[in-house]
Amino acid sequence: MASNNTKRHILAPVVESTQSGLEYGELLRVSMDSLMANRLRTFLTMLGVIIGVASVVSLMTLGNGASNAITSQFSSLGTNNLTVLPGRPNRGGPPGQIGVKAMTMNDVKTIKVLKLPIVGPVPNFTNQATLSAAAAEKSGQVLGTTATYKDVNSVVMASGSFFTDGNVQSASQVVVLGSSLKTYLFGDGEAVGESIRINSMNVRVIGVLEAKGGNPFGSVDDQAIVPISLAQTRLFAGRSTSGELRVSNITVTVKNTEDIAFVEERLKMALRDSRKLNADGTDDDFQVLNQASFLTSLTQVTSLLTTFLAAIAGISLLVGGIGIMNIMLVSVTERTREIGLRRAVGAQSKDILLQFMIEAMVLSMLGGIIGVVMGSILPIILTVTKVFEAPVTASSVIISLSVSLATGLFFGIWPARNAAQLNPIQALRHE
Amino acid sequence: MTAMITIEGMTKVYTMGEFEVHALRGVNVQIESGEFVAIMGPSGSGKSTLMNMIGCLDTPTAGRYSLDGIEVASLDDNELSSVRARKLGFVFQQYMLLPRQSALANVEMPMVYRGIPPAERKRRASIALDLVGMGNRLDHRPNELSGGQQQRVAIARALAGSPSVILADEPTGALDSTTSEEIMLTLQQLNREQGLTIIIVTHEADIAAYADRIVTIRDGVVLHDRKNEAHHGIE
Ligand SMILES: Nc1ncnc2c1ncn2[C@@H]1O[C@H](COP(=O)(O)OP(=O)(O)O)[C@@H](O)[C@H]1O
Ligand SMILES: [Mg+2]
Repeated sequence: MASNNTKRHILAPVVESTQSGLEYGELLRVSMDSLMANRLRTFLTMLGVIIGVASVVSLMTLGNGASNAITSQFSSLGTNNLTVLPGRPNRGGPPGQIGVKAMTMNDVKTIKVLKLPIVGPVPNFTNQATLSAAAAEKSGQVLGTTATYKDVNSVVMASGSFFTDGNVQSASQVVVLGSSLKTYLFGDGEAVGESIRINSMNVRVIGVLEAKGGNPFGSVDDQAIVPISLAQTRLFAGRSTSGELRVSNITVTVKNTEDIAFVEERLKMALRDSRKLNADGTDDDFQVLNQASFLTSLTQVTSLLTTFLAAIAGISLLVGGIGIMNIMLVSVTERTREIGLRRAVGAQSKDILLQFMIEAMVLSMLGGIIGVVMGSILPIILTVTKVFEAPVTASSVIISLSVSLATGLFFGIWPARNAAQLNPIQALRHE
Repeated sequence: MTAMITIEGMTKVYTMGEFEVHALRGVNVQIESGEFVAIMGPSGSGKSTLMNMIGCLDTPTAGRYSLDGIEVASLDDNELSSVRARKLGFVFQQYMLLPRQSALANVEMPMVYRGIPPAERKRRASIALDLVGMGNRLDHRPNELSGGQQQRVAIARALAGSPSVILADEPTGALDSTTSEEIMLTLQQLNREQGLTIIIVTHEADIAAYADRIVTIRDGVVLHDRKNEAHHGIE
């Protein structure tokens, strides 16, 4: 009996810990062991979340980048600019009876005498013409304007210089070329000092502009810019029926952003007065385009676009979540005997619930992190190579990680409850 | 000294729609600490049902069951889990090892649910594997082991936490006769040398012959309960 007693203590009785159930660290280990034990299944389950999160991050980032790029391009064109155009503002009211009455140099004078806190007014007169150099010819837009044009439109010269007030007064036969037009007519060669023909008139190239990109009124890069006097009197028929010199539109730059609304109102009042229109604007035959409000609506459009892209990406994240649920449900069935075993050896129902919940959350979190990394690759490459500024924002990372965690929680809970509610005896007998 | 297991008037009725299956109809058994008992009987006689009751996997419809001083009949699901974790070790016919985990990890697994720290779990698991002759296979996975070896790992898993009772329902049901004999000898040795209380269920007389006491069940009641004469002859 004595020898029997010594031998039976090779495995001494366990000193029971006071806690009931498992601590979270242990549960995490159990879950991780299960996930690591079946790496292929784990990876395939995560794949949906990886793709979902990667598309959320890359689409949000690229969308933001695109909207920033568009916005900053338009701000560079001068958000403080107001442009006066002929024609009814399209905001309802009785249509028809008022035809388009051209704008003339009279309207420019009307604005000038107001002594508003502005740069300009700059009259613009545009027309189509045949533009030809020794090697090439094309039909293009000719813009007649004044020397102040370069201040109002923040013009940057690639070479040569812009024309002067003197050129405008004397209707000099000079031209400044937009960058695309220059390339079309002269290729990589020097243009300044050469001559081109506008319709049949020889004009001398005195400057070439830096490329600038589009604006709502067409690209500056394709234009030939000449003194307005040359365009109105010698290149084109620039007189209205009443003998006034016509202009296509008038641009002003408001010096302080806060004054934009005030300046816009004063311009309208003065023009209505001089054009003999109703003071309340009911029969306006001109309109004032406000770049700032244009920019605001543009921003609304681009952020709508970003939201739309994020929503599409969100759907793929949702699909990823359903994927997790599917595979977890299959996995609960597949692992019924394992669950029965764990219950038999002492796991409480809540230990099983937590194990499966933690597995779902680890899957979705890990998938989320991998997805963030993958989704950031394209934007980072684009940003680093300076193709496109699309910095990965903290908000897109935080949003997609929390959404994927929520996905794991939401879609993990059903399979986990199924697992926890299994009867141990039946689970053990499961084939 | 009170018995390790006391079962008095235990009944179990399964209700299946309109049918009632009386799986146990008043079982009375007492098992002392250190005994090696075989429960025998033909298929459908209620052996597994009784084993599930003893294993605290289910509660009886009526009757009394006390295990190591604990009245089990009135416990709730969480308390039953806790009793299983602390007092019982299970050996199943199908081994029931986690397929992708090592022998050591499999033996450790039940102790995780008792809050035993990792180092102590490892120590106990290696000793237990040593005791069943698997000390040199700690890192092997179940698919790298024969059926007999897998069942040894399962036995190690049952005993590593020093349970009051080890329960084995048809532990040799999936093994050939030579391996069955080895497994039974191992259980016998654990009972004799470690003083483990072991209860097995079997419908084969030559398997039951390794036990010191044979309880025969028929139609949910105990038909015979006697010492294994052959062993008493030897001792
Ligand atoms: N969960 C259950 N539901 C209904 N009937 C059951 C259930 N488990 C066992 N039985 C029935 O109880 C009786 C005893 O079964 P069991 O204990 O498995 O017998 P044994 O293990 O001796 O073959 C059988 O008639 C069986 O069909
Ligand atoms: Mg049975």
